[in-house]
Amino acid sequence: MSKMKALVCRECGKEYPPKAIHVCEMCFGPLEVKYNYDEIKSTISRKKIEQGPNSMWRYIDLLPVESTSIIGPHAGLTPLVRAKNLGAHLGIDELYIKNDTVNHPTLSFKDRVVSVALTRARELGFETVACASTGNLANSVAAHAAAAGMKCYVFIPADLEAAKVLGNLIYKPNVVEVEGNYDDVNRLCSEIAGEHGWAFVNINIRPYYAEGSKTLAFETVEQLGWRTPDQAVIPMASGSLLTKIWKGLHEMHALGLVDSVRTKINGAQAEGCSPIATAFKAGRDFFKPVKPKTIAKSLAIGNPADGYYALKATAESKGAMDAVTDEEVVEGIKLLAQTEGIFAETAGGVTIGVLCKLVKQGLIKKSDVTVAYITGNGLKTQEAVVDAVGRPFRIQPSLVNFQKTFKMGKNSGGDS
Amino acid sequence: MIKVRIPTPLRPLTKGQGEVESTAANIVDMIGSLDATYPGLKSRLCDEKGDLRRFVNIYVNEEDIRFLNGKETSLKDGDEVSIVPAIAGG
Repeated sequence: MSKMKALVCRECGKEYPPKAIHVCEMCFGPLEVKYNYDEIKSTISRKKIEQGPNSMWRYIDLLPVESTSIIGPHAGLTPLVRAKNLGAHLGIDELYIKNDTVNHPTLSFKDRVVSVALTRARELGFETVACASTGNLANSVAAHAAAAGMKCYVFIPADLEAAKVLGNLIYKPNVVEVEGNYDDVNRLCSEIAGEHGWAFVNINIRPYYAEGSKTLAFETVEQLGWRTPDQAVIPMASGSLLTKIWKGLHEMHALGLVDSVRTKINGAQAEGCSPIATAFKAGRDFFKPVKPKTIAKSLAIGNPADGYYALKATAESKGAMDAVTDEEVVEGIKLLAQTEGIFAETAGGVTIGVLCKLVKQGLIKKSDVTVAYITGNGLKTQEAVVDAVGRPFRIQPSLVNFQKTFKMGKNSGGDS
Repeated sequence: MIKVRIPTPLRPLTKGQGEVESTAANIVDMIGSLDATYPGLKSRLCDEKGDLRRFVNIYVNEEDIRFLNGKETSLKDGDEVSIVPAIAGG
């Protein structure tokens, strides 16, 4: 029997065969993969996982693919960095950075979801893949499609960072810049997906694609020595990542891989696009869409598909949400770089900024085992920090000139 | 005449048509008149109280009606309405 039973509507429970569909035709609710947990439970174990491949595919039993012919077999299993310096700065005893800035091959957490999506798309018989993206997703779809020999269309807003545009073109997909924001791109793609028989990874393949984010939860637990953290701080765009980390933790508990889930799930947004955090702080279980205006472009989704479920997961876990200004985003990027040597993109600045705020508010305590999810690489969003990092010292190639610049005498000021 | 684009999940109700026409004066009336022609369509889009379901987005000339006047948003000749499932992207 297959580990995937069906797709099931999260709202009304109607079941569908596991094909390329994402919306319940009765109530428009989102479809989600329903697994055969009894069967999975009978075969999965900590030991089996530990002996699996050095990638997120060691959790293949909990990912919605049928074959073992994987597109993107090296994605995931990124470092969980013990952030002693940043922890000391914030006054947290045990702080970790889940460092997806070094994910393979395109340096963001999107390599996880795309690996699942393209593997599933090929299983379902598709030859063309596509996506609506704020940048990182497009980069990952383009790279994986190139490696898999699939045709590719990526749709992005026209105002993206240069490195994210180039990071598509190099793989030679069809790159479509849409004059509008991400929500415009997304709406257009939903309509295109209805007309063309393509695998849109975050539209008709979304039920499978989104499951890839669970691996961030699985890896965190395994890397912590099979325990769940007390606190997780997660950036939110559509809210899907946060929702799936919460789901992943509970799957591990249901399958007996951890004894309990004690994690408070905390959501981070930028003030210029914070529909979910704003709703949470107002105590609402629904959000109002916004027109995004922030340097955190990878999180600039004004109409977040999983906003409702992110609110629910955070409330269930007794976590919190908050938002930071663009200035705090830049400060967050610099703080992480200068304490831990990790250069995050703007979304990482949002996460660190909100982490700082939650600590200040007393919501994250000194003894809480805390994991901050850093989902993308700073080299892709250099525009955000280029004016905030100073300039190099420029000197003539002379010893005297060097010593003068750093106000050093001969044989002074040295470290040894 | 107003053009209304129908998403895939509703096309079984519109005999497979991806685009239909309406002359309604606003979104509420449009849904009502479409339901008269294509029975069952309203109950897919609206809950028991008549409010739009949580995961239905409607756009008039590419603008989300939540930035306009919600389901009271008025329509005029030449407008284009899109009904789009909210669950996409991210």
